[in-house]
Amino acid sequence: MSERDVVILGAGMHPWGKWGRNFVEYGVVAARAALADAGLEWSDVGFLAAGNTMRNGYPGYVSGSTFAQALGWRGVRVSSSYAACASGAVAIDQARAQIQAGRCDVALVVGADTAPKGFFGPLPGERPEDPDWLRFRILGATNPTYFALYARRRMERYGATTKDFATVKVKNSRHGLTNPNARYRKEFDVDEIAESPIVADPLRLVDICATSDGAAALVLASADFAASRDDRDRHVRIAAISTVTPQYPNTDLDMPDIATDSAVGAVLPERSFRDSIAAAAYEEAGLGPEDLDVAEVYDLSTALELDWYENIGLCGEGEAEALLHSGATTLGGRIPVNPSGGLACFGEAIPAQAIAQVCELTWQLRAEAGERQVEGARVGLSINQGLFGHGSCVIVTR
Amino acid sequence: MSKPRVPVVEGYFTEEGGAKLLGGRCRACGAYFFPKQYSFCRNPACGAPDLADVELSTRGTLWSFTDNRYAPPPPYPATEPFEPYGVAAVELAVEQMIVLGQIARGVDVGALHLGQEMELVVEPLYESEDAQHTVWKWRPVDE
Repeated sequence: MSERDVVILGAGMHPWGKWGRNFVEYGVVAARAALADAGLEWSDVGFLAAGNTMRNGYPGYVSGSTFAQALGWRGVRVSSSYAACASGAVAIDQARAQIQAGRCDVALVVGADTAPKGFFGPLPGERPEDPDWLRFRILGATNPTYFALYARRRMERYGATTKDFATVKVKNSRHGLTNPNARYRKEFDVDEIAESPIVADPLRLVDICATSDGAAALVLASADFAASRDDRDRHVRIAAISTVTPQYPNTDLDMPDIATDSAVGAVLPERSFRDSIAAAAYEEAGLGPEDLDVAEVYDLSTALELDWYENIGLCGEGEAEALLHSGATTLGGRIPVNPSGGLACFGEAIPAQAIAQVCELTWQLRAEAGERQVEGARVGLSINQGLFGHGSCVIVTR
Repeated sequence: MSKPRVPVVEGYFTEEGGAKLLGGRCRACGAYFFPKQYSFCRNPACGAPDLADVELSTRGTLWSFTDNRYAPPPPYPATEPFEPYGVAAVELAVEQMIVLGQIARGVDVGALHLGQEMELVVEPLYESEDAQHTVWKWRPVDE
């Protein structure tokens, strides 16, 4: 380990569900679980980085101080980050930067949400200049609308079928069956999925992730601090964090925009935005897709999981369906994807989600994941994307 | 007498002389922007301070589409009972960009196929007591 390395000492969650309580309560449960897992106290923490929630009033916009107050004011410096679904990765990055800068030895990262029922909508008010308001107002373009547009492209370009999408759901539903933090622990079969109502053709209700309450937390520490402890066989090293934004012109249709950038008068970037997210992380880590043992990818829809296989380089373009059916991404396969059960079993608790992905990788790399354990996992990658152009990718190693 | 037609949002489209989307174009690098959104060019290699007002192509090819079977949350003016609606992503060749729009009423969404030619129309999105509130939509060109 180099002296700039940052280590994960603790991971914790509040189970996902639809509990209807204040998001702060979930976050504190997750934070205390992560601290206990690390064998540390809140009084050991020198910095708190939190992910914001947009739908819980002002406390959600100042999540860092909200959790600092809830855990008990003690003067700790905080940050409150919002990057939509990527908020958790930005919070992890904030905490890591404070440690790398030598401003603290131990940092706590927290994300928690209380989600509304049904579709996510925009914030209230009359705001025609806000693309997120506009897409609902004039198009009725919900998040699943975009997922469906991407899914149909997959079908058209690569011959993907709704049965391929259903196979992703079957896999993830089996993976999450015994995960105590998962909201849905029910096995699906392909026939059952075919009877699920269509939300946005070609996607059915069970192809699309739900909105959930939940919380996740991590305790990070400097390599020096970690080296002084006697639990080194449980330490997981953060090898890379990518929080890149798109390169102009972004010709991928991206939520919540109603149009892409025009490619006129510009040089196209070397990689698409989604490809560039993992590429930046691989570069920092000095690793490649061939080095991965396990991945947690953002399956907002079943079809999107297949896109991610290609975006993170597990296979070439148009080969994701074949990779899925080969069993490579199923537990026991070459590179299991979403052993936690993914969003299919959790649903989306926005600021917690990227942190939850890293919690799962931490447990996998410590071989503490129980029945969903990926044998011998030493390198893990998590990836997601937040609307308004936020990349999120973390690589961890043993 | 029919009710007056009022755009749901100002400045995005017109139906004078036929349905057209209103965007911006950089006088320096030639990039198009829809919506115009800002007064300046967002190309980092350019950054020119102002954009010309332009009308976008009224035809393009179907890049993807879906139909929505569940009522979205406000501010979408969902009818009661809810009427499903299609959304199309259409690629404009000259502008080299993709623009979303609802699919015009009466179109059989299930019969659409990617790559087919689509044209812009302006149609009511909803009606109130005193007006028809209009928006742009995409419709397949009769073949």
